Amino acid sequence: MSDITQDGPMLAADGTPLKKSLARALRRQKIRALMLIAPLLIFVLVTFIAPIADMLFRSVENQIVRDTLPRTVVALKDWNPDGEEIPGEAVFQALNLDFQIAAEEKNHTKLGSRLNYESPGISSVFRSTGRGADKIGKDAEKTFTGIDPRWKDPAIWAGIFASPEAETALPRSARAYEAFAKSVRAEGKKEVAKAKLWPVVFSALLDDLTLAQPDAAAVAALPAPGPELVNAALAAGLQPIDAKQAFLEINDGWSKLDLWQTISAYSPPYTAGYFLNAADFEQTSHGIEARPPSERIYLKLFWRTLWMSMTITACCILLGYPVAWLLANLRASTANVLMILVLLPFWTSLLVRTSAWKVLLQQQGVINDLLVWMGLVSDGNRLVMINNQFGTIIAMTHILLPFMILPLYSVMKTVPPSYVRAAKSLGATPWTAFWRVYFPQSIPGIGAGSILCFILAIGYYITPELVGGTEGVFISRYIAYHISTSLNWGLAAALGTILLAAVLLLYYVYDKIVGIDNVKLG
Amino acid sequence: MKLTSILLASSALTLAAGAASAIDLTFVSWGGAYQNSQLKAYAEPYMAEHPDVHIAWDESSAEAVAKLRAMNEAGNVTWDLVDVTVSDSIRLCDEGLAREIDFDTELAAAPDGTSATDDFGATLINDCFVPQIVYSTTFGYRTDLVGDTPPTSVCDIFDLQKYPGKRSLQKRPIDNMEWALYCDGVAEEDIYNVLGTDEGVDRALKKLDTIKDQVVWWTAGAETPQLLADGEVVFGSTFNGRLFSAIVEQNQPIAMLWDMQSYDIDGWIVPTGLDAEKEAVVMDFLKFATDTQRLADQAKYISYGPARASSAPLVGKLDGTDIDMAPHMPTDPANATNVHRYDYTWWADHRDDLDAKFQAWLAQ
Repeated sequence: MSDITQDGPMLAADGTPLKKSLARALRRQKIRALMLIAPLLIFVLVTFIAPIADMLFRSVENQIVRDTLPRTVVALKDWNPDGEEIPGEAVFQALNLDFQIAAEEKNHTKLGSRLNYESPGISSVFRSTGRGADKIGKDAEKTFTGIDPRWKDPAIWAGIFASPEAETALPRSARAYEAFAKSVRAEGKKEVAKAKLWPVVFSALLDDLTLAQPDAAAVAALPAPGPELVNAALAAGLQPIDAKQAFLEINDGWSKLDLWQTISAYSPPYTAGYFLNAADFEQTSHGIEARPPSERIYLKLFWRTLWMSMTITACCILLGYPVAWLLANLRASTANVLMILVLLPFWTSLLVRTSAWKVLLQQQGVINDLLVWMGLVSDGNRLVMINNQFGTIIAMTHILLPFMILPLYSVMKTVPPSYVRAAKSLGATPWTAFWRVYFPQSIPGIGAGSILCFILAIGYYITPELVGGTEGVFISRYIAYHISTSLNWGLAAALGTILLAAVLLLYYVYDKIVGIDNVKLG
Repeated sequence: MKLTSILLASSALTLAAGAASAIDLTFVSWGGAYQNSQLKAYAEPYMAEHPDVHIAWDESSAEAVAKLRAMNEAGNVTWDLVDVTVSDSIRLCDEGLAREIDFDTELAAAPDGTSATDDFGATLINDCFVPQIVYSTTFGYRTDLVGDTPPTSVCDIFDLQKYPGKRSLQKRPIDNMEWALYCDGVAEEDIYNVLGTDEGVDRALKKLDTIKDQVVWWTAGAETPQLLADGEVVFGSTFNGRLFSAIVEQNQPIAMLWDMQSYDIDGWIVPTGLDAEKEAVVMDFLKFATDTQRLADQAKYISYGPARASSAPLVGKLDGTDIDMAPHMPTDPANATNVHRYDYTWWADHRDDLDAKFQAWLAQ
């Protein structure tokens, strides 16, 4: 025996090293196991993990500014946001094209609401400008059709911009026309050569012909009647658009430094702005600053969510432990009846249970009436037990109690009663027998129940909302508010990410202290 | 054998033909008595005339904007007609999620020939929104808890000496900030100018501070009627239709305080990107459901005022009873002596900002 091991690695029957062949067999087994769980794994990935990851990604995503105002963002790079001056004509020229295109594509208000999260009032500037901006293009259209009515014909435009020279000769118009053509094609109702032109293409053409001398060779190479039309327009002595003045006339919001600082600060494709916001900070032109005290809410809510969830979990342990012990130690027939009482709330609608607490706890409610009737409380001084933190803790403890009792019960069921008897017969007092012998064996149940209760509590929404008043609501209320009311999905995602991170962190700490192997669900 | 196969094939063909001509539509509304009024006044008569159209309801209006946005991103819009509030319609229209409507050609004119635009008048807020009802957020009070001098002004809410006890207010800045400023001496037409400044916000919150510890904050429309019925609060704000059912249908000792009621409008939007066939049916339904008679019919089932001026004279009695609906409408002249018109666009811009301040104030 010892000779073989000294000669080399142990070999399997077919001559390959045993280690390798074992690894192969195990791998095959693993793949088979993986194949078995593949349907579930793929299902979870596609319907659960991927959407959540996508949603969380929104907390840093900020492509919308450069997608909607691409030229303006580039032009703004030369502007000093810390100065006293709003940007100059070059930025407004870029804005003119970007904004008119965005307004045709109906993207401008989306950006307006995005920037409104950072600086209130921007949304209405964008909305009202969207209604007026095409006037600039319409004026340009009049100028060109005045020179030659053929400019009005979409077919001529289609002909000119089909050629590759158009990009060199008339770069801005080519860009604007491309956006127009793309939108018409996407709508699919009309041919591009027949659809009504967007006014912005004329304003882009005017920019091309007035802001710089177009490349003569490229113009000459345009398909007919391009060169003829362009040269006639050039000869007519065109006046450039005063974009800055035009925009300030449409809405004087564009003269506000704050608006430009916001656009400039939020032009990068990714932002920490949502996370800063979720932690009561804000990004200003001077860097990151704490929000004014009158607007700080989120840190307070996170903290409240954490400590109240812990309190609720602790209440569940206190109330659930004796019940679970009774369940595990009573005769089976009695225990079954008790079990039904534990499970009954499970089968009742959550809203019904929450509303029942309202009836019980309110100032004209059952408990107060009873206390007044017994003379413990005077009629004028009825206790306030709802619409505050007390109400939330009571109602949530009741709702989450089964999640504590069931794991505790299943663990206690496995603790042999003979251990406690043995401890007692060896002279332990009932307390020592319980504390030194019974309790340590039930800890895995407490662990499992606590994790369940805590994680459920931290994300609870409807119960705190209904019975919590102002003091007893959780951060989940704000996640819901930003998802469905304010539509600030980025901020909702940031709040959700922080909550998820906090839960994972606590889970890690819990694992270090209690050990996740000590958790038993049954 | 041959016969059965022919029979089978022909029955399959008729089935297929039946399926092809039937049109299934999904309408979205708020559920409850309101959705029921729409079912009775619009959908059932329409389906009776068009047996091939089948309408299913989805009670998701509260999350309509978020859901439509998500559906649009996923490229799969499954709703055909959506009931929303004005402020939601502004956002949907802004984002291109709602179809623009040419009111005069796509909606019915009034029976006397007045164009739809003139008939709807001020209730037309944007190009996508077809108004249906005017409702208001207003106060109800317990008649047995106010002594011999029932309240007549919204500012009585802020008078703890005269009317001690709790009040319920909606847990949001909208309406509450305006009432606070109004009762602090700001004229109705100046409210939004004042509220647009930091001092104005502080002033409104300071006024609300005077009753803060006596306020129960509600989030669901059913809460205030319940709180009033239980005698938990003396005053409470809620939607006027909710108070109507508590007063008229349940005979609770509650009365309306219409002063400075805050008007709001509810109506339809058509999502963008419907296929042509469906869109034609939806637009046909919309024309039918928002004509003068149909809007007046809806008021048989719920105490919200029809959005068309021409519908008002046609409003009758509560369905199956002898109760005249007109005096219970927020638009009734006796109720509308002093109203507050809430500024949707102003709030669209300032909601987030004020909500943060309001919630921070609540938490203090």
